[in-house]
Amino acid sequence: MGNKILKKSEAFYDVFFRKPGDEKKSTTYCAGCGHGIIHKLIAEAITDLGMTEKTTFVSPVGCSVFAYYYFKTGNVEAAHGRAPAVATAVKRSHPDSYVICYQGDGDLAAIGTAEILHAANRGENITVIFVNNAIYGMTGGQMAPTSLLNQKTATSPFGRDEAEEGYPLRMSEIIATLDAPVLVARTSVHDIKNIMQTRKLIRKALNAQKDKKGFSFIEILSQCPTNWKVKPEDAQEWMEKNMLPYYKREVFKDILDQAAPVPHPKPRKEIAEIVELLALPEFKTRKDNGGETTLKTIRRETKFKIAGFGGQGVLSLGAFLCELAIVNHYHSTWIPSYGPEMRGGTANCSVILSPEEIASPVVQEIDILVAFNHPSLVKFHSNVKEEGLIFYNNSIINDLSEIMPYVRRKKIQLIGVDASNAADSLGDPRMVNVAMLGHMIKVYPYFQLQQADLLLEKKFSTKPRLVELNKQALRRGFEQDEMENIV
Amino acid sequence: MSHVVIKKELCKGCSFCIKACPKSVLSLSSDINNRGFNYAEYAGEGCTGCGFCFYSCPELDAIEVYS
Repeated sequence: MGNKILKKSEAFYDVFFRKPGDEKKSTTYCAGCGHGIIHKLIAEAITDLGMTEKTTFVSPVGCSVFAYYYFKTGNVEAAHGRAPAVATAVKRSHPDSYVICYQGDGDLAAIGTAEILHAANRGENITVIFVNNAIYGMTGGQMAPTSLLNQKTATSPFGRDEAEEGYPLRMSEIIATLDAPVLVARTSVHDIKNIMQTRKLIRKALNAQKDKKGFSFIEILSQCPTNWKVKPEDAQEWMEKNMLPYYKREVFKDILDQAAPVPHPKPRKEIAEIVELLALPEFKTRKDNGGETTLKTIRRETKFKIAGFGGQGVLSLGAFLCELAIVNHYHSTWIPSYGPEMRGGTANCSVILSPEEIASPVVQEIDILVAFNHPSLVKFHSNVKEEGLIFYNNSIINDLSEIMPYVRRKKIQLIGVDASNAADSLGDPRMVNVAMLGHMIKVYPYFQLQQADLLLEKKFSTKPRLVELNKQALRRGFEQDEMENIV
Repeated sequence: MSHVVIKKELCKGCSFCIKACPKSVLSLSSDINNRGFNYAEYAGEGCTGCGFCFYSCPELDAIEVYS
């Protein structure tokens, strides 16, 4: 007989230094809890498969949250139920990592039902370990969606009644109906035979992920003697009597043989494809735009807030700015925010232009504020960064007293643009946003007037009168004297 | 020779290992450990090194099996 040693896996920390209290060698789990058994099976599998260094656990709320005390892997905590969404992000941004989503039933089958179904439906290449003990463990034994009929819990003291609380959810069966998952199975850890069965399934699921086969889901029926209010040694019997008749242990779906490797993450679209889709004029490079060489280059992420009332073209100005950025081979994001009114309500949009990919489209600190009316100027001016820039529509904004203290303190450059008057002089007040853009291009020369012309021609190709009007408005704004105010 | 090592201070006395052992060479102590649990004990002989006790133990480091 060869030497075989079974002992604590190397995938666990030697000392659980993250665990509070003095006992850093034992788990937080109650006597007879199934988590420890499952942890050991996973740890052994990732060690044997050589995955430990590249594995990230995503653990949400519940006793499963403690996985990060024990596993010497990457660990990410997720908000309650959101582990599959977080796991999706981790896996897609690190396609060569291995992601294990470790969730309990109160988490996965209640607050997280949406996340798990959609991650499964997308066929994310992750492994979900679903620990089902038919109760909320950590919070003190409340009824879970998986609690059995007639099961007495802290919140169903007379037993679960299907007329009031519905039937226990069979998550594996539900997920197995979806097309994308490649492996869906239910197993248990209530006795050694089933533990060894679970061991095999966990390995199979992790191997599937290694082979980029797609989404695997292992539901493990597990003991919670504390909240079942039985002794640990009676947990096996409790499970056999109550859980096993309702929750069938079987492999519900296994298409690993036919499954082709998942294509996630898909290669990014080329700028040329985006330009074509949006029917924008195409420039091969940033320089290839008509010979002008005075253009500045956007060197860092620049955040805009464009605000006014509905009908002033606030949102379309933001979108137009993004299109100018796209044809100049920059990255851009745009999020609109507006009230229910189509005209007359307030509207604003957040725009980010950047030479690099943009991580978040949210604009909190503003580099450049474009304000079309007084309330917008007042509302957003204090979010402008030190030495930032404010363009404001000085045709209708006369009173700057409210913003001046902040503007002076932060050394903000304040630029008045007679935009509404420019538009009115052309006989069309809708031109206010383009007039503003004309002046912005003058002060902020990252784009060319001619590029804007080309975009306008494409945009209004069926309305030549509007093209002319817009071009004129653009020039009225551009030719306006710089009115660097006051400061 | 195959044998099992039980770290008695880490044992919480759930007795899963005792149930899993095909040779019935594990039992629960009459003593209690520092944490207040009766703990699993190995009789000292009869272990075949099957590892069932290791896999059924919910503690990560309470049982080691040598074979």
